[in-house]
Amino acid sequence: MSEEKTEKNINLTLLVWRQPNAEAKGTMQTYAAENISTDMSFLEMLDVVNEGLIKSSADPIEFDSDCREGICGTCGVVINGQAHGPQRATTVCQLHMRNFKNGDKIYIEPLRSKAFPVVKDLVIDRSAFDRIITAGGFISVNTGGTPDANSIPIPKANSDMAMDAAACIGCGACVAACPNASASLFTSAKISHLALLPQGQVERKQRAQSMVDQMDKEGFGDCSNVGECEAACPKEISISNIARMKREYIKAVLS
Amino acid sequence: MKLDSREPNYPLSEMWDKHRFDVKLVNPANKRKYTILVVGTGLAGASAGASLAALGYNVKSFCIQDSARRAHSIAAQGGINAAKNYPNDGDNVWRLFYDTIKGGDFRSRESNVYRLAQISTSIIDQCVAQGVPFARDYGGLLDNRSFGGAQVSRTFYARGQTGQQLLLGAYSALMRQVNKGNVDLLTRREMLDLVLIDGKARGITVRNLVSGEIESHAGDAVVLATGGYGNVFFLSTNAVNSNATAAWRCYKKGAYFANPCYTQIHPTCIPVSGDHQSKLTLMSESLRNDGRVWVPKKKGDNRKPNQIPEDERSYYLEEKYPSFGNLVPRDIASRNAKEVCDEGRGVGASGLAVYLDFADAIKRLGETTIKEKYGNLFDMYERIKDENPYKSAMTIYPAVHYTMGGLWVDYNLMSTIPGLHVLGEANFSDHGANRLGASALMQGLADGYFVIPYTLGHYLAQTDLPPVDINQSEFKESEDAVNKRITKLLSINGNKTPREIHRELGKIMWDYVGMARNEEGLKKALEEIPKLREEFWNNLNIPTTVGDLNKNLEFAGRVADFLELGELMARDSLERSESCGGHFREESRTDEGEAKRNDDEFSYVSAWEYTGEESAAKLNKEELVFNNVKLSQRSYK
Ligand SMILES: Cc1cc2nc3c(=O)[nH]c(=O)nc-3n(C[C@H](O)[C@H](O)[C@H](O)COP(=O)(O)OP(=O)(O)OC[C@H]3O[C@@H](n4cnc5c(N)ncnc54)[C@H](O)[C@@H]3O)c2cc1C
Ligand code: FES
Repeated sequence: MSEEKTEKNINLTLLVWRQPNAEAKGTMQTYAAENISTDMSFLEMLDVVNEGLIKSSADPIEFDSDCREGICGTCGVVINGQAHGPQRATTVCQLHMRNFKNGDKIYIEPLRSKAFPVVKDLVIDRSAFDRIITAGGFISVNTGGTPDANSIPIPKANSDMAMDAAACIGCGACVAACPNASASLFTSAKISHLALLPQGQVERKQRAQSMVDQMDKEGFGDCSNVGECEAACPKEISISNIARMKREYIKAVLS
Repeated sequence: MKLDSREPNYPLSEMWDKHRFDVKLVNPANKRKYTILVVGTGLAGASAGASLAALGYNVKSFCIQDSARRAHSIAAQGGINAAKNYPNDGDNVWRLFYDTIKGGDFRSRESNVYRLAQISTSIIDQCVAQGVPFARDYGGLLDNRSFGGAQVSRTFYARGQTGQQLLLGAYSALMRQVNKGNVDLLTRREMLDLVLIDGKARGITVRNLVSGEIESHAGDAVVLATGGYGNVFFLSTNAVNSNATAAWRCYKKGAYFANPCYTQIHPTCIPVSGDHQSKLTLMSESLRNDGRVWVPKKKGDNRKPNQIPEDERSYYLEEKYPSFGNLVPRDIASRNAKEVCDEGRGVGASGLAVYLDFADAIKRLGETTIKEKYGNLFDMYERIKDENPYKSAMTIYPAVHYTMGGLWVDYNLMSTIPGLHVLGEANFSDHGANRLGASALMQGLADGYFVIPYTLGHYLAQTDLPPVDINQSEFKESEDAVNKRITKLLSINGNKTPREIHRELGKIMWDYVGMARNEEGLKKALEEIPKLREEFWNNLNIPTTVGDLNKNLEFAGRVADFLELGELMARDSLERSESCGGHFREESRTDEGEAKRNDDEFSYVSAWEYTGEESAAKLNKEELVFNNVKLSQRSYK
């Protein structure tokens, strides 16, 4: 029970990537984060540090976040070498400071990749993901004129698997975690989601081919089955989606 | 100006069909000559952008986030209503209409709500066709659940991630149109002004949040889908970038703001843990289907929940409302939680929490079933609170969640500014004084997919719209005004951060314009808010970076607008001395202590008109006429 827990505050040293803009060179800078409640989320800890920086007329550390509930995929930094930090299946906005100890040194860097240029400090440009979706991550229906929602039954197992894949939040942790900076987990999640549904069949081949081609064009690396992406994924998207994507792609180019 | 709701003169059940026949059409070949500026890419904005582009209009779409897919709609958990009646449990369009009107405590327009109920069924068809993986049963058909006080199962859901899946559906439709070249998508842009030419909405002024540049965009109409203003309370379940700025700037350009005092406080959120808190987390309302809400009977009883015997617990919702029990509507559940905490029976470190207990449900259904139903929510709770809800009762407390008020719109979703259409949570249209669970997603998508594609064409086809371009003086003046304000914000050089002032505003709003309001408190808020605003403009401290990303500058601009909107909310609350839905005036209650409406005096929409910096906003009234439902005092006993 919270009322029994003795409120425990900790002191930390942060080493944070600072880069004023896309063109500038970045460096790691050191900050003290003092008197941090272990009930804070990681981003609330950064909020507190930033308030202090503003008050001392220094530039606050810029980072992205929005929902702070682990669903929008806006947040994401690398903490001590791990995308979204040490807790499994947890975005950095949901990571709480009780995962750290008094006196810890914490390295905080952006989700790095050639295809994700830094905008400022920890803020990156992930528009490459949007372009992969634009290339084919949809079912071509206009508004209106669709059949009754129950006209095509879908086996629960397939629909559940489609949902597992569709749970991707597009945060980019998979890319940052991958030694090849591959976007395969992200791309394959969308390809799987739609390939598993009857509605997705018509454009199935075209979709796989266009999305994979776009992924390559964006400068993401190849997948060599290392599996770091799956381990870093806050939504535990399975690497089996990548195998499916590879099959889909081969079928598409061979036919 | 007289408010004309432009409701077509037909019987309710034929109104929308006949109106769709009456509306003027834009010739297919002419559609591409029109440019529509769609601000916002949540459910309302993304569905509108995709649908208008599919019709052939030239669409420019804007959002604050780095990707359209990250709009606040993504966070909706519970589900979306539709009168499909798949479970054969007695639902139909009329029932959904009636429930929504009644749930809104008879403070919404019959015509809009009926249309919403009618359209609801097409939304589900549309989403399934896009590949939205709604939950299904073992026969492969769509599953439904009952939600938030409804006595039929009409809620479609995708695990606890319904908003995410619906938004990804709308986003994919939007990106398909980007692919086809019909949508120009501009992310990391914040609209800071509306540009009027000859009295019509013809453009917007935005700030590029990466470069800091101020840009003008011209078009033939503006569709605003910028979400709600719950963050005026600082702490809410809304995403941290949710804001009122776009709507507020439109208000200041002549769009009336309707019912600003109608806010929804959601009963099941994780309680505040300390001053560092940046937002509050909602625990889906679906939890009330199986969880039982209680507090100790004794004041200040600080034993662990498992150590408090049954007969020393008060299951106050079940006791007071035997027919709805834990499933009473949100406003009632929230108010009752506040009452028991005010009596000193609240639990947790702050005494501002009640228990939501699954022990009985786990006994009855087994832990596996509970895990299947609510596993992700329980995990989330454990991550935040570091307590295992399978073992010990959760603690919950109400939090600001949704705003029913918003820019006033007519039946065609057009504001009082010709050409400015407002969709989704940003308008006031369908939920009256209280929104039912799972109805915001329905409304956002109804507005975007199925209303605006017709009504916008109607406007364009009958309006003289000479070409405009961004070199016209109106655009330059708007850019100058925006630049001036930014310069002012950057030059204050005071001591308080925008967050500090925002937190103070939130406290005033929560204390005096929150779950229970009274004349004295509201008057106090009306004194305090202007003082705080004064302090803001004299004592703000933000980083002075101009040329690139500066989030504190963005936030400061939003807080400045909240400081004005908060005051209007307090005024609206003061003026409406009745209780209705989420607006509870302590002076107006029944003998049993429930909210008491006053239909003779307050059966109207309050539409506030901006009259200038120095003068008070003017109240205009749209009388609400009920020809189809009989007004009754809500009772969930
Ligand atoms: C935690 C949570 C759970 C919920 N669960 C449910 C549920 O289960 N069922 C239900 O029906 N409802 C639910 N709701 C309510 C529902 O999610 C929202 O009301 C709805 O999604 C709002 O959609 P919208 O399209 O109107 O706006 P939003 O999704 O808020 O989108 C606003 C858009 O406008 C953009 N924007 C805002 N200001 C500007 C500006 N100045 N310039 C440019 N762009 C701007 C944003 O970038 C964004 O793209 C929930 C809400 C919350 C907070
Ligand atoms: S801020 Fe939305 S996932 Fe972290």
